[in-house]
Amino acid sequence: MNSREYIESGILELYVFGKLSEEERQDVQQMAADSPAIRTEIAAIEKAVIDLSQSVSPTISSETYDKIRQELLGDDPKVVHLKQKTNWTQYLGWVASFILLLGAGLMYLKMNDSMNEQINSEIEKNKAEYSKMQQTVSTLEQKNKAVENMMEILRDPNNTIVALDGQAAMPSASVKVYWNRATQAVYVDAKSLPEPPQGMVYQVWALKMDPFTPTSIGLLERATASSSKMYRVDNTHEAEAFGITLEPEGGNATPTMEQLYALGKV
Amino acid sequence: MTQEELLEQIYKKDDKAFTLLYDMYAKSLFGVIFNLIKDREEAEDVLQEVFVKIWKNLDSYNENKGRFFTWILNIARNAAIDKLRSKDFNNSQKNLSADNFVHILDDPGRMINKIDTIGIHEFVKKLKPKCIQLIDLLFFKGYTQQEVADELEIPLGTVKTQNRNCINELRNLLKV
Repeated sequence: MNSREYIESGILELYVFGKLSEEERQDVQQMAADSPAIRTEIAAIEKAVIDLSQSVSPTISSETYDKIRQELLGDDPKVVHLKQKTNWTQYLGWVASFILLLGAGLMYLKMNDSMNEQINSEIEKNKAEYSKMQQTVSTLEQKNKAVENMMEILRDPNNTIVALDGQAAMPSASVKVYWNRATQAVYVDAKSLPEPPQGMVYQVWALKMDPFTPTSIGLLERATASSSKMYRVDNTHEAEAFGITLEPEGGNATPTMEQLYALGKV
Repeated sequence: MTQEELLEQIYKKDDKAFTLLYDMYAKSLFGVIFNLIKDREEAEDVLQEVFVKIWKNLDSYNENKGRFFTWILNIARNAAIDKLRSKDFNNSQKNLSADNFVHILDDPGRMINKIDTIGIHEFVKKLKPKCIQLIDLLFFKGYTQQEVADELEIPLGTVKTQNRNCINELRNLLKV
């Protein structure tokens, strides 16, 4: 019988329980002497039943402790308590140091394996977070720069600001046009205009009044829009008024006056 | 601490030896004794008796006799059984003879340690009823395999392996 079979037979449990015959007991001890696996198994079984029996034990009164102590060591329990305390403390110190040492050793061993792994994954995680943050920062920087640029453009002293009032198609509309006379650049702030219906687009016109000549200067297409709904349209040299109409996608050659959304004189 | 290191200390029979012996085994032995006697005061008397016996006979123990724990376990069980059989023990609690170690856990009047340091009570209750009976009879009450087979009406040849399976179950629960 090999040690595995011997262990599985259940004889070691009975050995620990003290339920074997003299002959069987000696047999177990012989086997244990030759096999570390059997010795380990015996210790584990013993630990299990000690834990079990401890757990179902009622509290032992301190009187009984004193009595037992006195009977075994033959000293006065009152004195003993003090003495015991010192010894116990010393003992505790050793145990604590031992546990600490053992713990430190174990930690060290474990650290080598698991800590490296942990640290590596931590680093990876931090790297990922860092690059995500960097992305966020650069996005914010870009946005900030865009806003600053826009502010520069709007604050330019050469600007003529034209307020376009809502017209029949949408009386509540209010659009501002920033026309830089020096550069001739035209920006349209169309924040108050609703999203155009499917297949339609807003078209911006530079108007001359006498005779009435509309010139298309661009479409407020989503593609050209920034999130602030500030659009840059084509430059223009001369305009007496600006108007915005709703037109089929792609724009129209001439404005559909029934769909005039906003209009303002320079 | 291995058994050898422990015994080396205990053999000195000094203060430290007593503390070690008591701290390591008193509760365990008391658990076994109480499970048989079921009366706390009587059980404490037996525990005292048992410690005196262990202390006096330490010189007669050697490792050829088996595990040290097994040796003191036998002393404790025998002392408790002797007490049960003695004339002066008023066995008025005969009806409780069906009790096993798990019932002790459920009885609030019996003052089981409230501090269940390793949470073992809950584990113990998870054992199969068959295992509770087996461990109770074989380990706590010290029945022979034949007695266990008769009591539980199982084939004699299976007592050993069934008990092994139950102890394995316990060890899994306790992670021993």
